[in-house]
Amino acid sequence: MMKRNHFRGLNRAMLIGFVGLLQQQMAVAAPREFSSLQTRGVEWPTFEAIWEVITLQQYNTRLVVTSTLILGLASGLVGCFLLLRKRSLMGDALSHACLPGIGIAFILGVTLFGEGKSLAVLLIGATVSGLVGVGSVLLIRNTSRIKDDAAMGIVLSVFFGAGVAILGMVQSMPGASAAGLEYFIFGKTASMVFRDFLLLSGVAVVALICSILLMKELTILCFDEGFARSQGWPVSVLDILMLILVAAVTVVGLQAVGLILIIAFLITPAAAARFWTNDLRVMLLLSAVIGGVSGWLGAGISALLPRLPAGAVIVLMAALIFFVSMIFGSARGVLRRSLSMRRLRAKIGRQHLLRAVFEIQERTWRDESLRPINVPISYQELLHHRTWSARQVKRLVRRGVHEDHIEATDGQTLRLSESGFGEAYRITRNHRLWEIFLFTHADIAASHVDRDADSVEHILSAEMVRELESKLNMASMPESPHEIARLKKEMV
Amino acid sequence: MSDFHNKMAPASDRPAVEEDHSPDAPLSIHDLTVAYHRKPVLWDIDLDIPEGKLVGIVGPNGAGKSTLIKACLNLIPTASGKVQVYGKPYGKQRSLVGYVPQRESVDWDFPVSAVDVVAMGLYRKLGWFRPVRKKHKEVAREALERVGIGHLADRQISQLSGGQQQRVFLARALAQDATLYFMDEPFAAVDAATERAIVTLLQDLKGKGKTTLVVHHDLATVAQYFDWVILLNMRVVAAGPTEEVFTQENLRKAYGGKLSLLAEAGHALTQADRG
Repeated sequence: MMKRNHFRGLNRAMLIGFVGLLQQQMAVAAPREFSSLQTRGVEWPTFEAIWEVITLQQYNTRLVVTSTLILGLASGLVGCFLLLRKRSLMGDALSHACLPGIGIAFILGVTLFGEGKSLAVLLIGATVSGLVGVGSVLLIRNTSRIKDDAAMGIVLSVFFGAGVAILGMVQSMPGASAAGLEYFIFGKTASMVFRDFLLLSGVAVVALICSILLMKELTILCFDEGFARSQGWPVSVLDILMLILVAAVTVVGLQAVGLILIIAFLITPAAAARFWTNDLRVMLLLSAVIGGVSGWLGAGISALLPRLPAGAVIVLMAALIFFVSMIFGSARGVLRRSLSMRRLRAKIGRQHLLRAVFEIQERTWRDESLRPINVPISYQELLHHRTWSARQVKRLVRRGVHEDHIEATDGQTLRLSESGFGEAYRITRNHRLWEIFLFTHADIAASHVDRDADSVEHILSAEMVRELESKLNMASMPESPHEIARLKKEMV
Repeated sequence: MSDFHNKMAPASDRPAVEEDHSPDAPLSIHDLTVAYHRKPVLWDIDLDIPEGKLVGIVGPNGAGKSTLIKACLNLIPTASGKVQVYGKPYGKQRSLVGYVPQRESVDWDFPVSAVDVVAMGLYRKLGWFRPVRKKHKEVAREALERVGIGHLADRQISQLSGGQQQRVFLARALAQDATLYFMDEPFAAVDAATERAIVTLLQDLKGKGKTTLVVHHDLATVAQYFDWVILLNMRVVAAGPTEEVFTQENLRKAYGGKLSLLAEAGHALTQADRG
């Protein structure tokens, strides 16, 4: 996994460097607009400008932002399935493989119609070469022993490299202005004519509807491919349909987001939505909304600050939502997890304390032949019973008093409360039942038993305890197996 | 043709054929060979499973038990041979067949609830594009009741114990309402309660005249659970009623020797292929 990511990262850095060179070359041809640092700096838009963009008052912004919003909805939905099918890298290969198609479509457009920048033609070219790229991945995988990830890495970089080369050649074509093609790499909220708007939004809406219609089929494909096949679902057809949906979203997003970053726009909303829910329907809805919102915000900000490439801003918006979700997500966010971890730790601490007190009391009864009563014990004894620091003991005892399990009689001694005694009895018993079970039924070395028992006993359910009781045939409090072993040794 | 013979001629008068493949058997496997990367894992399997039996498929690790099931279900390509379900190819009889895959074959972190998974057993009946409706969920809930975890229907599947997850898979197969069931290691790593629930369910299916094939790894319980046994080790060592087939001698044949001659031959083939 690490290796693969490393490989991808390196690869991408090289490619981006390459593209940077290409763009510099192109910039030489284009008139230089900026001369000083000041004019290059980002100018903050006025409040009116912000309001105009957000409320979509300008005709052009309205088209661009609306189409990006629809794209976001579609990519959020399709991305969910891509993520759940664990094919994220495939989507990346597909988008990178689009680049040569754009160049070739431009060349064909210029030679056939004299004009290469028809969006429809460029996007058809992108779709075809993207799908050819995916086809090559499958071909490499099926005809050789090369694994999926390597095949995708090869296709991704070779196709992208070919695309960069073709775009470079296109610059020198006579009578054709290829300026603007490079925006397909990083994305730009360019001005948009109404026809292009209809095309992009139309494709996105169709992808949206198709993924809703295919929800059941794609769900079973992602969850249990083998079962789907046994039921007679054409798994490869479904896989291809899913990739066509991915291709549709990718191609629509080429202009606004760019082919390098589109994969983030597909995966990030889905991954963010997963933190909030365990229900696929909610996840799909949420992911679509997150995609739509980041598309809307990203395109809006980019319209305000034209020097910021739209793709980058959109992806950063999605990433922002992702990080917020990762931390605060109500189903599996970091905060929630660490809270429940803390609760478990507190529970384990309490159980250790109660068992320690009980065991010390038990020793007193045995040594002084008393009947089991709740005798006071000293802090010193407690401190020596486990590897606790004085501070830990103090904290545990304070919490025990607070929970009404421990009664601190004076500064030196403490004993269990009435409810604490019952709890301590139960906890100690569970611990021993589990230990004895590990000894007698699970063939675990005696020196390992205590540690393993410690980790499981705290989560024993009532049902499991009953099972243990019947298996070990024990109803009352058993002796500690360690104690038994020690006594045996002493007898010998 | 043979169907005609079956109906018209008394059994004793039937012309003697080389293999007695009765066309109405729930499952009849003829000369099945399966290979992974040209390395054969199942050789010349010939089997006829009689109706209404509870069949255990038993054999050592790597014997091809799961592979046999998967080959029957067209999940993996076969090198040769054919599999028939009630006299027709599997592809035409899917609605009669239910399948319980191995529990580890899916990602239990998937964002669906138990009842959603069970409802997948109805997807084929629903057909393309039709969504799952309330009445389908009711059927799914009933299936969950039958395996004793109806109260967990709305729980996300990662929050279920291993045994409960196994029961979800069984409920999904029940929702398929099949007459022939394939189960891949349903008893693997389950708790005692689940084991009992599965045994009850298998008996229940048998009582309803259904045929069930179960890949099983615990030799101690074979005689107790199954009334028919297939002893497998890359080929069929023995197959038939448990009391006849499940003998010391047959077990030694199936389990004896770490690397059987067949496995060695398969290995040699792969090496030759590479070189």
